[in-house]
Amino acid sequence: MAVSPDVTIENQVKLPMSKAIEISFNSVKIRFGRSLITVSGIVLAIAFLMSIWVNTEIIDGIKAAGDSKLDLILQKKGIDVDPDSASAMQERSKNNWLVVLSLLVCLVGITNAMLMSVTERFKEIGTMKCMGALDGFIIKLFLLESGFMGTAGTLLGVLVGLLLSVGLSSITYGAAMFPHIPWSGVLWSAIYATVIGASLSLFGGIIPAYRAAKMEPVDAMALEV
Amino acid sequence: MAVVRTQKVRKVYEMGDFKLEALKGVDLEVEQGEYLSIMGPSGSGKSTLFNMIGGLDKPTDGKVYIDDVDVAQLDAYELAWLRCRKIGYIFQSFNLIPVMTALENVTLPMVFAGLTSDEARDKGVDLLTKVGLGERISHKPFELSGGQQQRVAVARAFANDPAIILADEPTGNLDLHTGTEIIELLREMNKESGVTVISATHDHKMLSVSDRVIWVRDGLIDRIINREDLKISVGTIDGQA
Repeated sequence: MAVSPDVTIENQVKLPMSKAIEISFNSVKIRFGRSLITVSGIVLAIAFLMSIWVNTEIIDGIKAAGDSKLDLILQKKGIDVDPDSASAMQERSKNNWLVVLSLLVCLVGITNAMLMSVTERFKEIGTMKCMGALDGFIIKLFLLESGFMGTAGTLLGVLVGLLLSVGLSSITYGAAMFPHIPWSGVLWSAIYATVIGASLSLFGGIIPAYRAAKMEPVDAMALEV
Repeated sequence: MAVVRTQKVRKVYEMGDFKLEALKGVDLEVEQGEYLSIMGPSGSGKSTLFNMIGGLDKPTDGKVYIDDVDVAQLDAYELAWLRCRKIGYIFQSFNLIPVMTALENVTLPMVFAGLTSDEARDKGVDLLTKVGLGERISHKPFELSGGQQQRVAVARAFANDPAIILADEPTGNLDLHTGTEIIELLREMNKESGVTVISATHDHKMLSVSDRVIWVRDGLIDRIINREDLKISVGTIDGQA
């Protein structure tokens, strides 16, 4: 009858991964409208990142091809064919800045969205803790949730970015550019963008999840939100 | 056997330089199977005492024993275990998880306790049928009335066959009629399963079903009235109770 402080207790209070995935997935699904806003922030940031990278890849590919017709279009657009020239260097550092900025926006956006979602649900978290949820459960649920949103947003962002930059480039350079697109480089950009998007959303989710888990049930319940 | 025992429990809240003594040394014993009501005006320390008994808060001084175990000695795992298996909570504002159906709400504590999905579902359906919601297991909380939501909450509190049910103003957000139904439901479940019910309340309807009523005032137990003596006073205080 009595709660004996024996070691097996930790095994008696558990949350199976499959159940955790189910709960957090449903939670994203049911707040679909809200999740969509969060996800769209990630989509935009990753699409921006991806389009900058893919554009650079395409231009590099065209440059390397040495097609005189395409070179002419490049020069008309004010892009220096010589990769070591000062203007090309400047272009690259500008691009890097844009990438960093878009990532920052992405991180702030995800963290903010997760913080909001935690604050809204103080009571829910308190209730779960009253029913015997460990801190680990809460962290698991919220990290999974931000993970789902991050993955969905990133994949969509990669796709949007890719289509956008290939589409816009094809308008500028015509069909002649397609044989010169370095697809392996594009693929690597997609992989990098996916990794960055996923880790940003995990990172953005950690602080709110930790905050949620550390709350005492009494405090969580007492807050009128 | 005393299922809950407090010894000289004191609780002091510090707000800057100002110290508020919410409980000033409370001794209380709650017997297994008892239906106990804690009454008192707001600010009397009623809620603080209630949270202590439920293992939701730790005393500044003194001891709280639940099933002869000192709550202050428990680590996070053991405390979670206690909340999961030994105690069922019912709240004034129901506190159902809004994104889950009635059945999912009831089975959540069972998931925490390690039951398989099938076991949890069967037991959840049984409990919901018992509280009279067998037809509404797949409804979301916002599709249910206040009284129905509180019934789901009652079923959820019984999910892991707890020894103690803690009800914090369970009728506070309900009208007279539904409030009475919830009180009767709790009393029925209490008689049927022998679970100890402890409720903090303002509600005088609660008095007629309680085995014992404890009045808290200024951080101390003002008086304790047993059932036999209660009936007389209820008649004079509140005709419809």
